[in-house]
Amino acid sequence: MNETDVVESLENRHPHAAGVSRRAFLTASLAAGGGLLLTLHLPPVARAAGVPAAPAELNPFILIHPDGMVTIMAKNPEIGQGMKTTLPMLIAEELDVEWKSVHAEQALLDPIYGPQFAGGSLGTPLNWIPMQQVGAAGRTLLIEAAAARWRVPVHECDAARGKVYHRPSGRSVPYGALASAAAALPAPALESVTLKNPKDYTIIGKFTGGVDSPQVLAGDPLFGIDVRVEQMSYAVYEQSPVFGGRIVRANLAEIRALPGIRAAFIVRGSGPDAAIDMGLTEGVAIVADRWWDAQKARRKLRIDWDPHTRPEQSTSVFQHEAERLMRTAPQAVIRRDGNVEAALASAARVLTATYTYPFLAHATLEPQNCTAHVKRDGSVQIWAPTQAPAEGAQLVARTLGIDPGRITVHMTRVGGGFGRRLHNDYMVQAAMISKRIGRAVKVLWDRTQDFHHDAYRPAGFHKFTAGLAASGRPVAFRDHFITFGQNGRVASSAGLPGHEFPAGFIANLEYGQSVLQLDVPTGPMRNPGGNALAFAFESFIDEMAHAGGLDPLALRLDLYGPPRVLPAPPPQGALRIPPFDTGRVRGVLELVAHMSHWAQRHTLPAGTGLGLAFYYSHFGYVAEVVKASLGHDGAPKVHQIWAAVDIGRQIINPAGAYNQVQGAVLDGLGQALHLLITVDNGRIVQRNFDTYHLLRMREAPPVEVRFLRSDNPPTGLGEPALPPVLPALCNALYAATGRRIRSLPIGRLRSTAA
Amino acid sequence: MRFTIRINGRQRLVHSDADTPLLWVLRDDLRLTGTKFGCGIAACGACTVHLDGLPIRSCVTPVSAVGTAEIVTIEGIDRSAWGRRVKSAWLDLDVMQCGYCQAGQVMTATALLTRNPHPTDADIDEAMSGNICRCCTYTRIRAAIKRAAGLPTTDTREVDHE
Repeated sequence: MNETDVVESLENRHPHAAGVSRRAFLTASLAAGGGLLLTLHLPPVARAAGVPAAPAELNPFILIHPDGMVTIMAKNPEIGQGMKTTLPMLIAEELDVEWKSVHAEQALLDPIYGPQFAGGSLGTPLNWIPMQQVGAAGRTLLIEAAAARWRVPVHECDAARGKVYHRPSGRSVPYGALASAAAALPAPALESVTLKNPKDYTIIGKFTGGVDSPQVLAGDPLFGIDVRVEQMSYAVYEQSPVFGGRIVRANLAEIRALPGIRAAFIVRGSGPDAAIDMGLTEGVAIVADRWWDAQKARRKLRIDWDPHTRPEQSTSVFQHEAERLMRTAPQAVIRRDGNVEAALASAARVLTATYTYPFLAHATLEPQNCTAHVKRDGSVQIWAPTQAPAEGAQLVARTLGIDPGRITVHMTRVGGGFGRRLHNDYMVQAAMISKRIGRAVKVLWDRTQDFHHDAYRPAGFHKFTAGLAASGRPVAFRDHFITFGQNGRVASSAGLPGHEFPAGFIANLEYGQSVLQLDVPTGPMRNPGGNALAFAFESFIDEMAHAGGLDPLALRLDLYGPPRVLPAPPPQGALRIPPFDTGRVRGVLELVAHMSHWAQRHTLPAGTGLGLAFYYSHFGYVAEVVKASLGHDGAPKVHQIWAAVDIGRQIINPAGAYNQVQGAVLDGLGQALHLLITVDNGRIVQRNFDTYHLLRMREAPPVEVRFLRSDNPPTGLGEPALPPVLPALCNALYAATGRRIRSLPIGRLRSTAA
Repeated sequence: MRFTIRINGRQRLVHSDADTPLLWVLRDDLRLTGTKFGCGIAACGACTVHLDGLPIRSCVTPVSAVGTAEIVTIEGIDRSAWGRRVKSAWLDLDVMQCGYCQAGQVMTATALLTRNPHPTDADIDEAMSGNICRCCTYTRIRAAIKRAAGLPTTDTREVDHE
């Protein structure tokens, strides 16, 4: 993924403007170690300083209590990626306190913390250095305060485990006794502080359990759905089953008469693009004192929607149209290298194949919800499980005509993100309903609403053509990509980047594109682009290897070539992206081959096969091998999966890291096996988990993970391990059965070869 | 209607329609929000509680059907020795990612171990496959159940060990 891609994927998740994500990048600069560095400016003197016996704030992230306990603010939303644990670990390491004395707390949305979002696997690369600097800045203040108290030179003092020591005299003083004096000192510039030698780490790199886990298992109310505020009502919000529909009439009087109902009213949508943009869509709000009463009343709700059907917006029509477009020239050229026509004409063998994958829903287990209180004085309180709180506040401000400075956003724990909660449609609904009723309200969707009002992972179609030399080596590669868009503009997360592999590694290459009109919202889902493209491209590369009589591992090693660092893409603003390193590709490919006994795969019993795939995304290099066979019922049986991952030299929290990789691999496995969203007459067909088959325990094979610690700055792990498993599974089924999977989901296969 | 139901060892009086699912009585009336709403059709297991020790889906259980049975939710699972062992194993292995399903997972796992203290991998598959983990933490859920049972955490299904 190059920089254009990163910015594009971030902009994709915000249809109006790039918002906080773009700001994050415009203020990012290159750290000494080559990582992304966010320039964070802390206030020169801490707030609330100088009051003895009270907690003292060393900077907005660090609060030291007199008893030595330390509150550390986690600035980014916690969606299961572990940032509420990881970010405080970075601060605590450099602050030099014991982890057991740390209490991590979720920060409010506040510009003082810099960008606050969960997306793009950017939490680690953007914050790795700055959060350590924040901790080191706190430590520096405490050492200065101790030196002043003892009237000794600062360089004779150092810190460890929550105390400052004076080396020559052996004296020590705990942080708790220094904090109020330290907080009154001028804060050092973050760039001026010295960071630890990694060999001295006591927290970074240690298995550290999630900071909220004990409370989650105690049943404490941490999630958005658990929020309760004084005098709160509950609401359901019924939106048009056909996206963008408007209300002609609704039986509101009948609804208002039902037991427990406080109000029922129409909320007008914010405009014709509200559905596609995930803004305020038109709907009926039903408000009650108990959510179940509102939900029960909804069953009696009758709304005439206009339009109530859109026959041309159907999966079957899209399929038909895509097949027609594939027989024509692409509407646009994305990339053209060399001369594909000539290379194909002289190739020893020409291979063509068509790949398709469906729309998908995010299906976060916590349904969309938000609690809001728009007060009479014009101030707004919002409690939201969101990945992008700043954009949510902007959406509320813009839609309701409120000064954004009067909106307070409390970030709750988030019951699954996967990209769904980069959008804030539920937030603007709660705010608008609260404004109308003049009370605090919790809006909660049911599962069917959640399936029917998502920003879906876009479907897509690829017509591939490859030319192979007599040696089997590819000499030409072409993709005609049929995707979706609005009025010819490619929809959110529906693009094919010009640098998608094998671009740049096969001399004659052409990527073309044609766009189908789609009036269904799309958006980023965990590894946007990659979660679909990897399946198509890495499966077709496997086809090329088999057609050319080459080992799929050898073909990839040959295509990527000898270890080398490719020229870094030109900086965009202050953003610099780590350059692509073919040595890191080779490293994980060779490691996963070793882990999976790839070279001995021919000794497996008949009907069992190994499949391999590699994918680079979000700065991470991941190779995976799947071992699979076909069960008697025609269902694929996955025996085991191996993943080799290079995200740099430091695994910050191994507890979270292995879990993220195993989870991402199984998430991708479930997509490949079962997941499918169908559009029919403008509506989504699937309604619940009985028709959208998320992976279950009995289908979850063992996943063995190893990290290859290359000497590079650490990068994120929420996303990069997902894409390779889809093609690796399909390639394994080909090896096992001779049947090539070119359409997802796999479902059940007949055991006869294709 | 008025119902007296026994939850986590306490008698609780609730005013509710007879058909209101137990889940919403727990969450919104009794403020026991540890039990989660996921699907409303008994397809995901996020709402799992114990009814006389058996795991049930509270999202489809009308409050009127509880009768004199003892309900235990995640807030009361520490009263069970198996519940404490399961929670402790969950924390030791850092099972959760987003955590939303985990109360339901712990309730189902506790019920499994209470009736079968030495589950095989097949037993775990059978007992746990009604509980969706959207983050797919299944590897660690399996290991944590075995750890709570005092069993080796290695996967005994077909695995190539080096």
